[in-house]
Parts: sequence; C-alpha cells; structure tokens
Amino acid sequence: MLSFILRRLGTFIPTFIGVSIVSFLFIRLLPGDPILLMAGERGMSAERHAQLMVQFGFDQPLITQYWDYLTGILRGDLGISFKTKRPVWDEFFALFPATLELSLCAIVFAVVLGIPAGIIAAVKRGKWPDQVLMSTALVGYSMPIFWWALLLIILFSGMLGWTPVSGRISLMFFFPSGTGFMLIDSLRSGQAGAFASAVEHLILPTIVLGTIPLAVIARQTRSAMLEVLSEDYVRTAKAKGLGPLRVNGLHALRNALIPVITVIGLSVGTLMAGAILTETIFSWPGVGKWMVEGIGSRDYTAVQGGLLMIALIVMVVNLVVDVLYGLINPKIRR
Amino acid sequence: MPLLDVRNLCVDFRTANGLFRAVDGVDVQVNVGDVLAIVGESGSGKSVSMLALMGLLPWTATINADLLHFDGVDLASANTQQRRSIIGKDVAMIFQEPMSSLNPCFTIGFQLRETMKAHLPLSRRERQSRAIQLLEQVGLPEPERRLKAFPHQLSGGMCQRVMIAMAIACKPKLLIADEPTPALDVTIQAQILELLLDLQKDTGMALVLITHDMGVVAETAQRVSVQYAGQKVEEQGVRDLFANPHHPYTHALLAALPERATSRQLPSIPGVVPGQFDRPKGCLFSPRCTYAKDRCFQEVPVAAPPALGLARCHYPLVDGIAQREVS
Amino acid sequence: MASTDATTDSSLPEGSKRDSMLPDRLRPSPFKEFWGYFCENRGAIVGLFVFVAFILIALFADVLAPHSATEQYRDALLQPPAWQDGGSTRFLLGTDAVGRDMLSRLIYGARYSFFIGVIVVVISAGTGVLIGLLAGFARGWVDTLIMRLMDVLLAFPSLLLALVMVAILGPSLINAMIAIGIVLQPHYVRLTRAAVMQELPKDYVTSARVVGASRLRLMFVTVLPNCLAPIIVQAALSFSTAILDAAALGFLGLGAQPPTPEWGTMLADAREFVLRAWWVVTFPGLAILINVLAINLMGDGLRDALDPKLKRS
Repeated sequence: MLSFILRRLGTFIPTFIGVSIVSFLFIRLLPGDPILLMAGERGMSAERHAQLMVQFGFDQPLITQYWDYLTGILRGDLGISFKTKRPVWDEFFALFPATLELSLCAIVFAVVLGIPAGIIAAVKRGKWPDQVLMSTALVGYSMPIFWWALLLIILFSGMLGWTPVSGRISLMFFFPSGTGFMLIDSLRSGQAGAFASAVEHLILPTIVLGTIPLAVIARQTRSAMLEVLSEDYVRTAKAKGLGPLRVNGLHALRNALIPVITVIGLSVGTLMAGAILTETIFSWPGVGKWMVEGIGSRDYTAVQGGLLMIALIVMVVNLVVDVLYGLINPKIRR
Repeated sequence: MPLLDVRNLCVDFRTANGLFRAVDGVDVQVNVGDVLAIVGESGSGKSVSMLALMGLLPWTATINADLLHFDGVDLASANTQQRRSIIGKDVAMIFQEPMSSLNPCFTIGFQLRETMKAHLPLSRRERQSRAIQLLEQVGLPEPERRLKAFPHQLSGGMCQRVMIAMAIACKPKLLIADEPTPALDVTIQAQILELLLDLQKDTGMALVLITHDMGVVAETAQRVSVQYAGQKVEEQGVRDLFANPHHPYTHALLAALPERATSRQLPSIPGVVPGQFDRPKGCLFSPRCTYAKDRCFQEVPVAAPPALGLARCHYPLVDGIAQREVS
Repeated sequence: MASTDATTDSSLPEGSKRDSMLPDRLRPSPFKEFWGYFCENRGAIVGLFVFVAFILIALFADVLAPHSATEQYRDALLQPPAWQDGGSTRFLLGTDAVGRDMLSRLIYGARYSFFIGVIVVVISAGTGVLIGLLAGFARGWVDTLIMRLMDVLLAFPSLLLALVMVAILGPSLINAMIAIGIVLQPHYVRLTRAAVMQELPKDYVTSARVVGASRLRLMFVTVLPNCLAPIIVQAALSFSTAILDAAALGFLGLGAQPPTPEWGTMLADAREFVLRAWWVVTFPGLAILINVLAINLMGDGLRDALDPKLKRS
C-alpha cells in the first residue's frame, strides 16, 4: 500500500511542475507587454511601467522568473493582484470556501441521487425504469448548464417566487464569517431564519452544478453494475439462494463502486468548470466567478494564481481518490 | 420418484440476430445418491441446462420445460421465495472458474458464513465453527487463517475447495459441479475430483458432474448423458457406454481417447459443433458423422429405445456396426 | 484430455455433406452486424435523424430562414412567439431585444454549431490520434514525456483551460474552437495509446512485422484501423462537448462575438431578459440541448454497436 502511494506521488510531482510551468507561461504568452495589457486603455507613464516591471520581476531572465515563481508557490505567494493590489493567495482563499461549499453540496446531491438511480437502472435493465432513468440521465448529461440555470430561475424564482436569484444569503443577515461555509456560519450566528436563507440560496446552484455529475454518476453506476452483474461471483451469490437486495446491493455494488468512486473523483474537474458558469449566473462569490471577472478586467496575475490553484486542487483530490481506490480494492491493498 | 426430474427442457437466448436455441428438448433424471456425468464439447449446452435449473441464466434466456421437478417441488411454478429456499440449500452448484467465482471484495469467511446465514438457523458462533469444520472437511490447512483471507490470496485449487465448502455448507441433496477442474493443474484436478466423490459417498448426496473429459467420466460417474448441440444424444450406465456406445458421436468421442488410440495419430472429429448460423437440416451431427447416409441429412432423428441408449440416431451402432432402420 | 475439445479440421467434409448443411442464415457482414446493433438502439436512430435534420437545416439555412439573422426590426422589439398574446405569424418564435427574428437566428445558429463541432473534432482527433500513435509505438522516454504532458493538460478543468487560452488568443469563435480542440485532444492521445498498446502484442502485428512492413505502414495501415472503434465513439462525444463548451464560452462573452447568431452568444445577450421575455432565453438553449442530446444518443448507439465487451452474448 505504501509503495502504491509512493508510486502515485511519483507521478504527482512531475504533473505539478508541468502545471506550474503552464500557469507561469500564461502571462508570458500574452501577446504584448503584460504590464501594458493589464493597465488597459489608460496606459501609464514610462517610470511607472519600469517600476512595475521590476516589481513583477519581468526584467529578470525567464529561468530566474520561473524559479522565483515556483519557490513563491511553495511559500504560499502567488503574487499581487493587479487590480486590488492584495496578495492573490489571500484573495483566492477568501473566496474558495464559497466554491467548496457549493461543490460539496452539488456532489452530495449527485451521489445521493445518482448511485441509486444507476443501481435501479442496471437491475431493471431494458425495462421501463431503466429507460426512464437513463433517458433522463442522458438529457442531464447533454444539458448546457448555463441555460438550465436560467430556466430554473425563470421557473422557481420568476414564476413561483420560491427561491432567490443570486448571492449566498439574504442581505438582511450579517455576521462575521468564521468557517467560510455559509451553512455553518449561519447556524452559528444564531439569527432566526439565517440558516433557512442560506439553504434557499444554495438550492438552485446546487441543482445546476450537480446536474452533469449526477448524470455521469448514474450512467457510470449502471454500466459498472451491468458489468459486475455478469461476473461469476454474482452468479455464485445467486446460487447461494441470496435475495436480490443482498446480491445487487452488497455483492455487486461493492465491486461496482470501485469505478464509480473514480468517476466521482474525476468529476471534481467537471465541478470546477461548472462552478465558473454557475457562480457567474447566480452571482455566487466564489473562485469561478472571480476567475471570469479576472479575465474580463485583465487582472492576469489573479487569473494565473487561480489557474494554478484550481489545477492543484483537482490534482490533490484525484490523488486522494486514487489512494481511496486502493483502500476499497483489496487486490491493490495486499 | 427421482430427486431431479426434468423433461423436454428448452432454453432460448435472445441475440441481435434472432433466437438461439442452446438447449433443445433435454431430459435429465437424477436419483438420490446418483452420480451422473453430462459430457459434450464446448457449446453443447451442457452447462446451460443446469444453470437454467438453478435460475442463473442471464435475462436474455427463456426457459421452457414439460417438467422441472426437484424433490417433489415444481420449480417452474414455484415463486421466487420458494425457489430461493431450495437453491443454495438443497441444490448447490460449483463453477468452472474458482478464482472469479468468489467475490474479490469479501473474505472467504464472510462468503462461507453468508450461505449458512441465509438457510440455516445457526448462531454467529455456530456458523464460525461450522465454517472451520467445512474448510477442514475440504482439506484446507489452517482454516482459521484462511477464513480471514481474500480470494486473491488463495490459489485456484484452494478457491475451488472453498467453493465446494460453500456448496456443501447446507448439506445439499444435489450438488452440480460445472467443469470444476479444467482451470487447475492436473494433480489438483485429481484431488478435487477425489474430494467431490468422497463427499458424495460420505453424505449420500446426488452429484451431477458436467465435463468434456471422458477420462474424468470413466473414473467418477455411474451414469453418463452425452450432449451434442443442445440435444441429449445418448444416455447409458458408464460401463455399458464405454463398452458399447450406440451413437456415432459417443463412438467418436471414445475413439479419440488417447488410451484407445490404435494408430500413431490421435483420431479427431472433423468440424465443430454447429452454431447459430450453420444448423443442419436433418441430424445435427450429420455433417461430421462418418456413418451418415442420405436420410441423416434430411430427417431429424428421435431417441432410440433404452436398450440402444436412447441414442438420437437413425442408425444406432451396436458393437461399432450401424443398424438398419430402428426408429 | 483435449481430445474431445472442438478442433477445426482442415479437411472439409466432401461435397455431398456440404450441400446438406443448408444453413438457415449466413453470418452477416461486419457492417451489417454493426448496423443491426445500432438499429436495435431506438434512441440512436432518433438521434441520427435529428442530427441529419440539423445538418440539413444548417445547409439550407438561406432557404429556410424567413428573415436575415442580423436585420433589426425596430417596430417589433421583444415580440413574443406567434401563439402568445402580442405575437404575430411574421415572427414565429418572436424577436429579441433589438428586433431580430429568433427563428432565423436559430436556423443560422445551426451552421455555427455544426461548424464548431466539425472543426474541433478535426483539430483534436487529428493531433490526438497522431500523438497517441507516436506514444504507443515509441514507448520509452518519448512515451513518458507525452503522457506526462497530457496529464498536465488534463489536470486543468477543460472549460477553465479553454477560458484562459481564449484570454491569451483573444475572444473570437476561431480562437474558442482552437482552445477547445487543444483541451479535448489529450483524451484522444490516451485512448489511441491504450488501444495501440493493446493491439501491438497481437499476432497479426507480429506477422506484419515479420513480413517487413515499414514502421509507418505498421502504424497507419496495420494497427490504426483496429483502434478506430473507441476513437469514433470519442469523436461523437467530443462533437457534443465542443458544441457545449463553445456555447459556454460564447455565453461568457469569450466565444463568438455579437451579432453572430451563435446559440451560446444569443443566450448571453438574453440573460438580462430572463424574467421578462422567456422566449429569448428558452429557444437558443433548447436548440443546444436537442442538438447535443441527438449527438450523444448517436454516440451511445455507436459505442454499444462497436464495443464488443458490452455486446450481448
């Protein structure tokens, strides 16, 4: 097991270096002088330009610049946002809990609905529950989620007036953020209605962000179950005279979960991509919206930092999932 | 009354190119304490008929039979609850691939105790001690330690012993062994067969042994049923079958045994078992039969009288000579 | 003991016996068999029809569209669809905020969507398959280097990487397509490499080697055709992903620029009317969904028909 983790770490480090190079090159690949680009139409004086060149280290040779960048990352220094003049690291981690909270809710939503749906579809293969569930899953999988978000807003916010359109909590409530998770903070604040308001704000973004992972998990669970259901050991379980709940829910599912967990891990990337759209539409103050705004306002140091951090988070989650995979798969555990 | 009585069993598989009949009108009778061998090449439907009995066929299969009785219970009309109380308890089955027949995610002990939990009124402690006793019975050393092992930590032969232990856990009246040995080493094969026969003698259960190996048949069975392309072509006591096969196919199978070879080259049966797309019109064996006459290519033969081993042939052999017009 | 195992004898039965075999049906040809499996999947057939319809609409947009895609009818701003109060048959699906006919814009949008799909698949599949073949055949450090590079590309969420690339290249439809093509290409590399590795040890490759086939011939003529099944399925999948991602970029203002009647861009324009004019929001999204759904249905059908592992036995 230890050697498995070490081997996995062995591929992590080169990928990390590669990712850091990509995000480092991002600013250097921009057509033109990055300082002038970031300044925009206003332009700037020659002295100010020279001063900024030194401040951002653009006057150094490329190798030195990269070395400074890499050691900076390891110290938690992603540079200074061009627009807000605050450290990118701080900006990122001030917003990240919002994205994390939304993503966690979305993945829980997707897993809780997706795995049972996949099991039912596989066991009822070819019959109507399978057809209904898998058609729905395919629609979900094909959904342009930015449009799906707008539709849900029209229906639930516009026509029914059930849910708010944007933000994380009603402006009526104010309390200092402790954990950064609105659900926890609102509960801790003790203000009446604060938690309900936070939940209300979460519902639509969760559904929107969870839709594609839900569809993917349901489809993957079904196909993993189908594969496992034709395995010899499932036949053995049936030959023991065990009931369908034990055959499907224990013998088959335990094995089918192995690929499903991998898919859940891989959907972290999908979630991050989805978060960009979902947060933009629902004005959710997370890193996805921050990145889009960063590109819009040409705050390239912020975009660079966000790019690196999001890739790193995806990589770490995948690493954890792989180790988890080893834990639930006894063949690797040894 | 026989323990197992199956009449005119037919199994069809739905495929993209239409129905495929894997078992075609097979009769099987097994009495208490019987050892029946079902022999045939790959694709002769010998496993399928037993899987049908156990209710283990995939959803693409449809099963029809005039009679499907086990121990006085009609399995065809029984509800799933009743079937499940018989399957795994009174009829148990072991399979070809011992390694993949055990669930890789659970320990041996878990899988062994699970069978007892489903069928026997035993306490947790009793199940554990019976599990140890069963592993000893099938000849696995260090049973306590084995119970905690995962299947991938055992060898193929050990896995098959575990499968046998699982099958006999509830003292079944009938044990079906579906080619239990080919995946194993030759020495292990012999041990497993010996174990099965010993268990059969000790417990008095009936044993159905599905195999393609005539050598195994000669050593183990009391009665032999020969299947070809989904049909039973002959059934006789083992001694009579080896002494005087009535169907040309049986004859050819026996002639292909190394011990019986007369020439330097082993005789083989030309051609393969017909599949979905090349089913002959008359006798299914006619394209490969050295005795085939015009009638064999046109008319479907029916079973001959029991004196001629129920041979499904227009011209059954007696002492290696084709007879005239029996049917 | 293998004596009774089925063995094909080279000496075929003589003439008379052969005639007697009278097979009920001959085994169908590979394409027929594929088509049979494909047709068994009703969804795939529906998907195929819808997709063909989309292609026809894209081809004959000039004939089908009642209005120009960009002409602004100032007398009919935000007119609802024909069947609603205030709608007219002049604009069947209503008009947008500057008075352009929705139906015509949707019809012309099909062109963009199809165009995006084709270009992205050509870019990503073309380079991806080439690099994958190279990695699979080269092994050693070339292989390692390529695969690590792909790992790096795959570490970024696809839309984010596309977004950043567009930020470098500048927002336009062409740049969006290039970015999406690059982002989707690692999947082809991995697939092709895996397929090549699976095929290489097989006997037919060895025999081709023994006969003295050149390396290029081995790559493209001997091995590649046998790796095509998963690549074709991936192509269908990335066609729909391309349409979705391009629409998403358009929606974020980083893809096709207004007044291009690209569906995602149309949605971006419509965002502020979400609660006022449902039709400007609903129809472009519906068009994307139906198009993507049709291609995914087809892709599923292709996969089931091509992947022998999932075939029923």
